[in-house]
Amino acid sequence: MNTFTLLIGVALMYATPMVLAALGGVISERAGVTNIGIEGMMTIGAFTGAAVGYFTNNPWLGVLAAGLAGGLTAILHALASITFKADQTVSGVAINLIGPALALFFCRLCFDGSAVTEPVNAKLPKLFGDNATGILANLNVDFMVIIAILATVIMWIVLYKTKWGLRIRAVGENPAAADTLGINVEFVRYVCVIISGILAGMGGAAVTLSIVSQFSQTSIAGQGYMALAAVIFGSWLPHGAFLACILFGLAQALVVVLGGGAVSVPSEILAMLPYVMTIIILIFFAGKSRAPKANGQPYIKGKR
Amino acid sequence: MNKFTSLLRKPITGTIIAILMGFLCAAVILACAGYNPIHALSAMLQGIFGRPKYMANIIVKATPIILTGCSVAFAYKMGLFNIGAEGQYIFGALAACLTGITVNLSPWLEIPLILLAGMAAGALYGALAGWLKAKFNIHEVISGIMLNWIAMYFSNFITGMEAFHKPNTSGTFPINVSGFTTFFPNWKATEEAAQFMKDNPFLGDILRTDFNAGIIIAIALVLLSSYILYKTSKGYQLRAVGSNRYAAEFAGIDVKKNIIETMMFAGLLAGASGALAIMGNNPHAVLEIAAFEGNGLNGLSVAFIANGSPIGCIFSGLLFGGLLYGGQSLQYVVGAPTEIVNIMVGTIVFFVALKDIIPVIADKMEHRAATKKLVDQKEGASS
Repeated sequence: MNTFTLLIGVALMYATPMVLAALGGVISERAGVTNIGIEGMMTIGAFTGAAVGYFTNNPWLGVLAAGLAGGLTAILHALASITFKADQTVSGVAINLIGPALALFFCRLCFDGSAVTEPVNAKLPKLFGDNATGILANLNVDFMVIIAILATVIMWIVLYKTKWGLRIRAVGENPAAADTLGINVEFVRYVCVIISGILAGMGGAAVTLSIVSQFSQTSIAGQGYMALAAVIFGSWLPHGAFLACILFGLAQALVVVLGGGAVSVPSEILAMLPYVMTIIILIFFAGKSRAPKANGQPYIKGKR
Repeated sequence: MNKFTSLLRKPITGTIIAILMGFLCAAVILACAGYNPIHALSAMLQGIFGRPKYMANIIVKATPIILTGCSVAFAYKMGLFNIGAEGQYIFGALAACLTGITVNLSPWLEIPLILLAGMAAGALYGALAGWLKAKFNIHEVISGIMLNWIAMYFSNFITGMEAFHKPNTSGTFPINVSGFTTFFPNWKATEEAAQFMKDNPFLGDILRTDFNAGIIIAIALVLLSSYILYKTSKGYQLRAVGSNRYAAEFAGIDVKKNIIETMMFAGLLAGASGALAIMGNNPHAVLEIAAFEGNGLNGLSVAFIANGSPIGCIFSGLLFGGLLYGGQSLQYVVGAPTEIVNIMVGTIVFFVALKDIIPVIADKMEHRAATKKLVDQKEGASS
């Protein structure tokens, strides 16, 4: 029972940054803009969160600032892919180059040339306080986990139960039809890409303000891309992406829990597990899920 | 006016503007951070062109990314995004290294054998991503990322094995000297060579670096890819699938087979890149890594700056290599963080993505000029 609850706790902790980033991926791609740049936006968020958290001693301010920084980065992607109708993959790759480089650049400027920030004193609060014992200690996740779950529910409601959600999905499926109905395609896409950046930035902060307590070059090491995999695996559904991330988190937790135990598997082989598992899962599911029809295509008025 | 707009329409113009914008953005960021941008950029140029040694080192740095760039560009011609070049590079380097450790022949056999081993490993790994895409419809970006991590951990696992691990280091044993592509590897260690290098400062400066024959092999492979793409029916099929998959399918082209073959060749190029790095660069061994070295991922930038042209990758690879290397002296001389180089490259790629806007601007300018001319003529006629 103890190991099991520990597994769940660790899985939730690792899944949370990916959940937030994956939700960002869902909303952006639902509106028809591929967002490979999530990794870069997460890195910016991770640094901003850690830096603001350190200087203000308030982790919540860190999370807010991280969201803001992610959103600002996303404006770049939106500008390129919506206004200038650029190749969205290339723009995303550029964001993934600029994001980590900017984060490290500012990190060196703010922390005397060091590539890591000082550890944040005030991490995000835990669900059951600091003195929990037993099972509660194992499940003592931070509030970011709750925020991620809430965000998933809210996004599901927005996408499927509101007028706004209908518009977003219409823009992602058939922008020309949406346009004739008087929906401002470019505006909807801008909003969705910026929200996607805000979520990715907060996801980054979830790493540096709750899992580890500082930003370093390896804080964000592929979580953004894992989140993209979760978007596809979850069929571009908020709850699908959430479950996919939980599964990835579980795989990672398995590595942590097994790695600490007496199992004689080399650590490198264990570390491969989440990635091998993702591919195997995708083999069974990828063929079935369907991307939004206009995903990745710039909308040009009057073009057939 | 017409001359100017037709100049704007040339594909190379967009790339050049993008590169200038990269430098401009870097200068602005440096200035905001309190460094003198002119001083910084001149330090960087000094670090690129200052000595023959620098240029030799830049070619050494550029060799692997020219090939991974070519790998990405080749796959992109078919609309495939080979982000897995990093993993293919790692597998190529690993296979090359293991071959070089266990086999010891004369250099004329050893070097081709090691190269073949690297290419085969990379090709298999690339084909795996292609197969996952063709058979199970798994997006190559996703499988590529996962395969990159798997390759990294697998490489670390092999590197840590007792049979290959060199004690007290973080890597494997070096490969046999017969597999080195550096010039005169045995002679360089002698007294006579030391004297020669002292007497000939220019050659000595170059010989002291890892300057190696790899660049020749790299350029040959780039030319081969360009030939396949533009002069063979295979390349035609591949480009047809890239521009319209459904039309190509309708014309009887086997899309799935083409996906696997394209990824296989892209993997071969990335694998060759890994093999060349092992044969050409110190310590001629695979090291344990905690994060990606970026030789494959940098290939993405190289390919996009080259506008997807394999031959263009030679130049953009040299540019990228120069920036990476010159960025180091930026840190020595001015004290600015080297990350500014990645910001610069990222900005260049970003503006390369935007460059389709330039022909549109050219159209608008021509249109405006034409309207103005008409108005002038009318006014001239009425007065």
